[in-house]
Amino acid sequence: MFQVVSNEILAENLHKMVLVAPRIARARKAGQFVMVRLAQGEERIPLTIGDADPAAGTITLFIQAIGASTRKIVSTPVGGFIRDVAGPLGKETHITNWGRVVCVGGGVGTAVLFPLVKALAEAGNEITTIIGGRSERYVILADELGALSKNLLITTEDGSLGYKGFVTGPLSEMIADPARAPQAVFAVGPVPMMKAVANLTREPGIETIVSLNPIMIDGTGMCGGCRVQVGTETKFACVDGPEFDAHLVDFDGLSDRLTSYRKEEATRHAAEGCKLAKEVAK
Amino acid sequence: MSNDLSPKERMAIDRVHMPELPADERSTNFEEVNLGLSADQALSEAQRCLQCKTRNCVAGCPVGVSIPEFIDALACDDLPKATQILRGDNALPAVCGRVCPQETQCEALCVRGKKGDAVAIGYLERYVADWAMLHPDRLLKAAKPEPTGKTVAVVGCGPAGLTAAGELARMGHQVTIFEALHDTGGVLRYGIPEFRLPKEIIDREVAVLLELGVGIECNVIIGKTLTVAELRDDFDAVFIANGAGLPTMLNIPGENLKGVYAANEFLTRVNLMEAGRKEDSATPILQRDEVAVIGGGNTAMDCVRTARRLGAKRAMIIYRRGEAEMPARIEEIKHAKEEGVEFVMLTAPVAIIGTEDGWVSALRCQKMELGPADDSGRRRPQPVDGSEFDIPAGIVINAVGTNANPLLTATAPDLNLNKWGNVVADEEGQTSIPGVFAGGDIVRGGATVILAMGDGKRAAAAIDQYLKR
Repeated sequence: MFQVVSNEILAENLHKMVLVAPRIARARKAGQFVMVRLAQGEERIPLTIGDADPAAGTITLFIQAIGASTRKIVSTPVGGFIRDVAGPLGKETHITNWGRVVCVGGGVGTAVLFPLVKALAEAGNEITTIIGGRSERYVILADELGALSKNLLITTEDGSLGYKGFVTGPLSEMIADPARAPQAVFAVGPVPMMKAVANLTREPGIETIVSLNPIMIDGTGMCGGCRVQVGTETKFACVDGPEFDAHLVDFDGLSDRLTSYRKEEATRHAAEGCKLAKEVAK
Repeated sequence: MSNDLSPKERMAIDRVHMPELPADERSTNFEEVNLGLSADQALSEAQRCLQCKTRNCVAGCPVGVSIPEFIDALACDDLPKATQILRGDNALPAVCGRVCPQETQCEALCVRGKKGDAVAIGYLERYVADWAMLHPDRLLKAAKPEPTGKTVAVVGCGPAGLTAAGELARMGHQVTIFEALHDTGGVLRYGIPEFRLPKEIIDREVAVLLELGVGIECNVIIGKTLTVAELRDDFDAVFIANGAGLPTMLNIPGENLKGVYAANEFLTRVNLMEAGRKEDSATPILQRDEVAVIGGGNTAMDCVRTARRLGAKRAMIIYRRGEAEMPARIEEIKHAKEEGVEFVMLTAPVAIIGTEDGWVSALRCQKMELGPADDSGRRRPQPVDGSEFDIPAGIVINAVGTNANPLLTATAPDLNLNKWGNVVADEEGQTSIPGVFAGGDIVRGGATVILAMGDGKRAAAAIDQYLKR
């Protein structure tokens, strides 16, 4: 059992949750994740470890509550317990001093980006962070990431904050400017965003790393559900990843596999809704 | 009661038939197929044992159960004594009585099998173990072992780990099992379906170990949460039994289409996560009318019979050799056939065909014919030119095998591995690191529950010797 120490809402459907998990806090490195299962009968969900405090024995998770399971997880109150948290899983991010690095985060991917930016900053990189969101209220961790970055750029699709448009706008401007062009790019967010970033950096040959979040069951290298095509090889995100060379990832295949259970999840969603409606009616 | 029939009287008794749920009923649910013997059936079967002096059956048992002795106690209707003998040799008798391939082990060597049918040792083992679970108050109390003050870490709560833990605890050592998943049992829980091994049986076997003082910590991944080096520092000895790893891919086109599962994913969803089995399970599983399972082992049988129970109208085994070459247990093949599973033999997959929107629609296969025997002694299948054909399928399950799990070994540089990534260990389980032993699938590659248990038992004896030094 893992106790919830704090649980705050950062943005609509986005929670920052701190849990007591001393062994994971001690072992964890940037880029790694945990498998979380709230209670008996619930799903195992992979969540990136946002931060950790080995002295306090806690880890921080950023959780986007968009599915039935994640909604239940974020509804755990402070002092409450999560039954299962296993990790840290996946490979740690390869951190080195590239020089100029651009870190691109979209939606909840911004939260996954946080530990990478922190580690890259500690390694002495000059970081420009670009955060994208649909509108102002979906832009998260701007202050925290701003404090670690030389430049912080924000883009929103509706122009309610920062540049109007997508993260690729400011990124392509930087790439075109020899004085600002990065030596490496890290991108975490929705699959179409990561694909667009990869397409921008491929031609100029800028090393680009993406963090993937495919369907996963055990997360320990057993089930093979998280397989993804990387170049000519089939890789398993849980043991080989979750970070891969963006120029080799088959984003279309990844995107497609992510829809495998859309119908089943919609059915469950509807059933949960019914149950809730009945309870409200009582 | 005594067990003093004459050999002639014993020879006159016919082998018992295991009562089963009717095939049409069981193929729509997850209830256990084999129902277990009645008291009368068990007694009569126990009397069939000739109590011969050669005890060939014991030599055929990877954990060396004192088979004639427990059967004799059973024939004398002394179930507490039968339990004591059985549990003294085997940490998981209710599991072994259900999933061991007795027909190729103890029963294959039974003298009665030379002329007629072997004694149904597996059924009797199950009978005694199930009786013991239901009658805890009647069991003989074993003397608590003198604590040795030594501690042992066991990595993995599967058959090898549980067996080693039980043995070591009975020797007086303090054992802690570290399990990566959220529940106990390893492959017994995530791999073997409810209809062959009810989860309740695993819970009860584990409870026996907890009673012995074994500690179990779930959600601890050795190699990630803690390393082997850390365990080596904190414990007097370590036994690594973390099981199999990533699925072996088929390396044919279409393997990443939606609806293609590796056996472990399919089984884990249904067995461990209860998808399709319990209404309130949050984990989804796909259900399609036509399911093709590639492989001929017990895992393939478990997948295809599970698919049938999830509602597949056509559940098919696709195997590149013939039925005689299938590694699956005869009982599994028989049960699968009774349940309406189709066996497509001498057929190998060449590609998985998908729809425009990325779903599996068919398995493209080619016919095979058997050539001369290969290294494994089985006749090597060879493709028949121009024999390609498509089998319509909405789900394709790859049950051809697994590779070694890299998580533990990646952070244990001193641990010697073979070229496949399996841990190198000697007969007694000793690895390249003093005080660190290993057994089960991480050493053997894919094998059986009972071989893993045999490893656990031998390693426990070796660890005991090591700790006494």
